[in-house]
Amino acid sequence: MEGFDGLFFLEVLVGGLLSGVMYSLVAIGFVLIYKTSGVLNFAQGAMLLFAALTFVSLTERGISFPLAFAITFAIMVVLGITIERTVLRPLTNRPPITLFMATLGLSYVIEGAAQLIWGTQVHGLDLGIEDVPFDVSGVFISQFDLFAAAVAATLVAVLSVFFRYTRIGLGFRAVADDPFAALAVGLRLPVIWATVWAAAGLVALVAGLLWGARVGVQFSLSLVVLKALPVLVLGGFDSIPGAIVGGLLIGAAEKLAEVYLGDYFGGGIESWFAYVLALVVLLVRPAGLFGQKRVERV
Amino acid sequence: MTAFATDLIPGSRPETRLSRSLPGWALPVTTLAVAYLAVPLLATNYLFEAILLPFLALSLAGVGLNILTGYAGQVSLGSAAFMAVGAYAAYNFNLRVEGLPLIGSIVLAGLSAAAIGLAFGLPSLRLKGFYLAVSTLAAQFFVQWALTKFSWFSNDSASGVIDAPPLHVAGLTVEGPVGRYLFALTVVTVLTFLSYRLVISQTGRNFIAVRDNETAARIIGVPVLKTKLLAFAVSSFIIGVAGVLWAFAYLRTVEPAGFNLDRSFQILFIVIIGGLATIRGAFFGAALIVAFPLVLSRFGSFVLGDVFDSGVLDMSQRIVLGALIILFLVLEPDGLAALADRLRRRIGTVLRRR
Amino acid sequence: MTIFSKFRTATLAAGLAFTVGFTASMPAAHADEQYFPLQSYRVGPYAAGGTGFFGGFIDYLNLINTRDGGVNGVKLTWSEAETQYEVERGVEAYERLKSNPNVAAWNPLSVGIAYAMIDRITADKVPLITINHGRTDSTDGRVFPYVFPLLLNPYSETSGIVNYIAGKEGGLEKLKGKKIAVLYHGSPYGKETIPIYELLAQKYGFELQQIEVPHPGNEQQSQWLTIRRSKPDYVVLRGWGVMNPVALKTAAKTGFPVDHIIGNVWSNSEEDAIPAGAAAKGYTAITTQASGTEYPVVQEIVKTVYDAGKGNLDDKKRIGSVYHNLGIVNGILNVEAIRIAQAKFGNRTLTGDEVRWGFEHLQLDPARVEALGAKGLFHSINVTWDNHEGNGYVTFQQWDGAKWKVVSDWIAPDWALLRPIIEKSSQAYAAEKGIKLRTAEEAEAALN
Repeated sequence: MEGFDGLFFLEVLVGGLLSGVMYSLVAIGFVLIYKTSGVLNFAQGAMLLFAALTFVSLTERGISFPLAFAITFAIMVVLGITIERTVLRPLTNRPPITLFMATLGLSYVIEGAAQLIWGTQVHGLDLGIEDVPFDVSGVFISQFDLFAAAVAATLVAVLSVFFRYTRIGLGFRAVADDPFAALAVGLRLPVIWATVWAAAGLVALVAGLLWGARVGVQFSLSLVVLKALPVLVLGGFDSIPGAIVGGLLIGAAEKLAEVYLGDYFGGGIESWFAYVLALVVLLVRPAGLFGQKRVERV
Repeated sequence: MTAFATDLIPGSRPETRLSRSLPGWALPVTTLAVAYLAVPLLATNYLFEAILLPFLALSLAGVGLNILTGYAGQVSLGSAAFMAVGAYAAYNFNLRVEGLPLIGSIVLAGLSAAAIGLAFGLPSLRLKGFYLAVSTLAAQFFVQWALTKFSWFSNDSASGVIDAPPLHVAGLTVEGPVGRYLFALTVVTVLTFLSYRLVISQTGRNFIAVRDNETAARIIGVPVLKTKLLAFAVSSFIIGVAGVLWAFAYLRTVEPAGFNLDRSFQILFIVIIGGLATIRGAFFGAALIVAFPLVLSRFGSFVLGDVFDSGVLDMSQRIVLGALIILFLVLEPDGLAALADRLRRRIGTVLRRR
Repeated sequence: MTIFSKFRTATLAAGLAFTVGFTASMPAAHADEQYFPLQSYRVGPYAAGGTGFFGGFIDYLNLINTRDGGVNGVKLTWSEAETQYEVERGVEAYERLKSNPNVAAWNPLSVGIAYAMIDRITADKVPLITINHGRTDSTDGRVFPYVFPLLLNPYSETSGIVNYIAGKEGGLEKLKGKKIAVLYHGSPYGKETIPIYELLAQKYGFELQQIEVPHPGNEQQSQWLTIRRSKPDYVVLRGWGVMNPVALKTAAKTGFPVDHIIGNVWSNSEEDAIPAGAAAKGYTAITTQASGTEYPVVQEIVKTVYDAGKGNLDDKKRIGSVYHNLGIVNGILNVEAIRIAQAKFGNRTLTGDEVRWGFEHLQLDPARVEALGAKGLFHSINVTWDNHEGNGYVTFQQWDGAKWKVVSDWIAPDWALLRPIIEKSSQAYAAEKGIKLRTAEEAEAALN
């Protein structure tokens, strides 16, 4: 082992943090839905795939970038509302595990539909961002990852403004806080749920485009949820700041572990390292870093 | 709504509704008689190899997960990992311990799975709900990684795939689909019977108490920590043995990727669709999960095969399968076991009216 | 009991009865047909490979039926069962399809499914073809009489890649002191060649670094940073699915030159390069069959099959793609094995064992390949009773941003070096399973 290379360490750290942003993007979609309806929406990955596939197929048919974005967004809103109506509403007040299984079934439906409509081909997606690295005094930083981080930050900002200053947004926070009290003061839950699913659709679209540009638009895109789950556990299922901090932590820790500890295990430890890390944190804080603790009553 | 976060499992649902006209042992005994005597005479190779063997292995895994999830209320997404541990442990015990009978390998494999299950069950002492569910994924990915990484587990086979050894039971070599079916059936019968005894014992009642209200259970003197860990160990033991059946009796070969996350979800589907906290639910659920996609694909290619190409058909089947799962969850909250109960009562009423 | 719950009971019960009661009918047997059961995968993560390969295979069978009226009058038939690349679905499909009469050979295009079938097809005496993949030691026909890893097994692939790199450096002796990193998929498939790379590194004196990418491989920052630190001369990509485009993209991101990345035989398709966009330009990969539509046999498929609206690919742009051409080559090899067996046994429907004999005499020299309209598509094959791979040649093609272009001659792997290692492994398998090594006489005599 040669001496410790500080510059290289920095490079791994920065690369990890930027990858973490990508995980956070996916995780935020989960959080929105979990906060209001208590569902761990496993179909988020399928929605991401569906959005990216729809977008890329539209642009390949010669539709301009902004128009394709608008159309896809509209489709995602319709999809979200349909899911809320047909799957979640009939299952209101069912145990969360049933809801979770329903979203698994839903992911089959969406994946099947996405491929039935647009085909099983693999597509490239070019967002027009060149992916040559910046050389910052010896440390390579990916332009694309910086762009992705900026988009993620914008998205979070837009969502926070929406939830802080609009009527529906305030309703969302009330429901997340205490659904029964929210009902009692006359908030209409279905409207709020529909809005949240539409917002999750937007997040899926943005995450789908960024991930699609990184890995190509294909079936495996739905597997990115596996990267988001430990982030959720670490940050707490019901916290957007948690998803962001969790993503950064997981991204950085995972890369550093693979590079510096991987050799001791024979490499490839990334597949489980994030989960074990999340587990260790959980043993100290059982509701994640930012999750709400529950008071137990008998 | 946040109450959902921790109480993943619904409140208790009494399993023992003994409103039957027949004695309680009649149905299981009839089923077994049919399974041992009639099925080997009537069934074809296809039925054994493609339906009955996977059905038996998955049913057993369902029984195992149901003890953990249905009775003790702990959700696990790592079942496939425990199946993998069972399969690979049995392979290695059989390979490396000279003169160990097959039953010995199977029991040791179950114990290995139980040990791993215990280790990954430790977080359940602190975690609840989805937090626990997602952290069991650590088991899923770690085990798969370890089995791929260390080629010792697959006896340094170049492709990391193991070949099941011939099955010797009591001096006889079990060969052919019928033999493997009877072997698997026997293992499943024994373990199901033991599971049944377990859930109606005091331990089983402790499981249910912990599931329904942990704090209350603690107050009335149930050793909560011990009970949870025991549930993980017993459940993993059974799932591990199911993994042995999967590898040795059904596929006759195994690669780590065969025990992936999808398999874990499949077993969870079996438990939920079959009915939580019912032993027979696991069998109903497994029958549905094994048979349904096959029926769908047969039906699809039979009726529409000339109109659409196979890709379109398969995609449509995926959609139909997903939609039906959702439909089942919506229409039948207590699973197929409850449906079977209702049917039986309905038939009973009709018969009495005559 | 409400009306709703009655309805619900009835619906669910009906669904259940339907499930249990449904049995399928089997097509009736006809004289002089040869049937190919296809365990295809057109859904799921590997659908791109499955649609291309099985599309090409079916297109070729269609061509033979339409143009020649079958093989010497024996019509070729086939049916598909979806596996989604899952082993247990593959086994179910096997059990379902094997009851059809006149089975010629199995072509699952999946290592996992192939493994699960080895015992079964050996009992049935029907050949199992694993072109370009499968179990390396099944090359040894003495131990695996019915398994054929045609054209290229993983060890030969490794040797071919190292020989190509040597060629670029100016000879095998120039490899000394060079540094090669192998980025492999974290699966049994990915790990299979680890010992062979080690062996070759020792033999030729190059420095070797093997790095695992965990499945599915959609994140490779740390692996490529490790590469950036160790600065190898070449990176060999032993990838699968999404791992390949991500590797190319991440390489660009960390400044590794793409023209020094060499892809293996499952990292060589359009589907691997296109999603990486500009980052893939200059990427080179090994192949046993060139891509493109300029070969006469591909032209005939376009003319006879696609222009008649009977083509299997939905997207005509994919005609001549790597997977499609692999399917066509696979079709040629299957059909020629039948033709060769017919020359011995008569122009009629053959048994599985007779087709096995055909595969064991599947010797197509470059002249015969040219006569088949496949000159330049693949080089040649020379299968014998104990060499079930058949010494396929490899070539290398480079991605120019839109399509693959062949950039090398046909290169021979170092078969003599690999054979003892393969035999060691196959003999261990034979010992474990209690198999007696087959002799040449037995291979000929088995039919009688």
